[in-house]
Amino acid sequence: MTLPATGSTSPARAHRNRWARSGRWSGWLWVVPALVMYVVFVVRPLTLTFQYSLYDWNGIGVARWAGLDNYLTVFTDSDLLKIIGNAFVLIIFFSFIPVGVGLLVASLVRRMATGLFGTAVRTILFLPQVIPLVAAGIAWSWLLSSSGVVNQVLRAVGLGGLARPWLGDFDTALPSVGMIGAWVSLGLCTILLITGIGKIDPSLYEAARMDGAGPVREFVAVTLPGLRREIGVCLTVTVIAALASFDIVYISTSGGPGYQTTVPGLEIYRLAFAQRQVGLASALAIVLMALVLLCVLPIQRLTREEKG
Amino acid sequence: MRLSRSEQVTGRVFLILLVLVTLLPFVSMLSAALQPRGTVPTGLTWPSDPQWGNFADAFTVANMGALLKSSGLIVAGVVPVAVVIATMAGFGLGHLKIPGARFVFVFFLLGLTMPFEAVITPLYYQIQDFGLLNTRWAIILPLIGLFMPFGVFWMRTHFVNVPAELSEAARVDGSSTWQLFWRIHLPLARPAIASLTILLFLWTWNQFLLAIVLVDDGTKRTMAGALGAFQGQWGTDQVLLCAGSLLILTPTLIVFLIFQRQFIKALLQGSVKG
Repeated sequence: MTLPATGSTSPARAHRNRWARSGRWSGWLWVVPALVMYVVFVVRPLTLTFQYSLYDWNGIGVARWAGLDNYLTVFTDSDLLKIIGNAFVLIIFFSFIPVGVGLLVASLVRRMATGLFGTAVRTILFLPQVIPLVAAGIAWSWLLSSSGVVNQVLRAVGLGGLARPWLGDFDTALPSVGMIGAWVSLGLCTILLITGIGKIDPSLYEAARMDGAGPVREFVAVTLPGLRREIGVCLTVTVIAALASFDIVYISTSGGPGYQTTVPGLEIYRLAFAQRQVGLASALAIVLMALVLLCVLPIQRLTREEKG
Repeated sequence: MRLSRSEQVTGRVFLILLVLVTLLPFVSMLSAALQPRGTVPTGLTWPSDPQWGNFADAFTVANMGALLKSSGLIVAGVVPVAVVIATMAGFGLGHLKIPGARFVFVFFLLGLTMPFEAVITPLYYQIQDFGLLNTRWAIILPLIGLFMPFGVFWMRTHFVNVPAELSEAARVDGSSTWQLFWRIHLPLARPAIASLTILLFLWTWNQFLLAIVLVDDGTKRTMAGALGAFQGQWGTDQVLLCAGSLLILTPTLIVFLIFQRQFIKALLQGSVKG
């Protein structure tokens, strides 16, 4: 981000100073409406979440001070730890697979095709970004069901022994949910990376080839550094989507079987509105928010351009 | 840079593969939606006698007319207000450099990565206190607030990059801040505003969590929330579920295909800046 130079001297300066005195504070009027909505519907609830997290409260009766007990539960209860772990497993699918596949395709395609082919490809790859995640969940639940396409294909190629209800199977439920998330971000990441690779100076590639670099060296020495910013963007967006996932899980598995696919977002919803453990739900919410920041800030730091 | 012919071909093959994977869920839903009602469809099989009438059934069952109206009302309540106040704040923070602008901006940024789940519980009690549970206001008002971190960030980024000289020239002419904004800055900000509008439209239309927590009545929800309710009710009727889901998706797809250039631009910029 570039900031405009400050302290410019111009003929308008005298005028500006006068305006500055009377007008600068009235400039706050421009910001107040947004600030009010933000404070009322984000900052106040967030403060309350923190406050609730320190109490034992069923949402109706009298709240009892609990100190850090709820946080202690979050970090020691085996189910809750598993649930937090699930969110991290989802990062592999929501983030690493789309970025990996995107990088592969981008380095093969190099430049986004123009013309009708390019437009069609782009439009289709963006479809998963436009439809609600709920719809993605419904479509994939059908695809992965016992009589769905995935099993149909497996049977057709003679691997019928592997066929199963993917989202209902204890071992495959979480990876299957992950694949839904991978499908959603695949297109966005691929297009972002292709756009980014098109901006890398072609002479860098020519130089690498003249030095006798093979495709792998070329990828490591030229493509990866050149795409740092785009990779950072993809990772940031998808890691947040993985850690804070809710819609896809709610629709496709409701967290089951057992706690196999339960994620923090879903557990917060359940604890707060079904089990009436508002304090614990709130502590989990604060932990989730902290985890998102803990994951996103290093990504930003590592992938930002130095001059930024 | 010249790519060898074989490289180009491999690239294309991969792209086409990706396209097919992306389309597969839609095609598989369509093939199920066209099977006769009451049958249990299997995998991807084109029906011998496609039952296009299933869509008409789903239209009635899903109460599509009411759903469209509801989502339309929610979008109309959220997007214009959110875009206007975010633009004003972006102008104040990015261009007017009001005292404390930096501090206020960082304050907004704090909300940028916050998952909605972090505030959903208190929001529920707050909306209950306002007496707004089960009304569309329960979705509209919080969404405006929740969109502010991104909206303000987005618009500030635009206004910060507008050269200060532009305003200084106008100041000499004696324009008020309002005239300055209206005549000079608003026209320049149009592309940024257009992208923000598209993104907020999508995020409102597809909002699920707020809809299922704050509004019980499916016909007062967003499209995504309604789809969730539809699945809950017809989850066992695969044929109708697929027909209904595709139907509920259609408005988004139509809007997307009409404005696809703008959508893709907005989504690409949105993720880069967000």
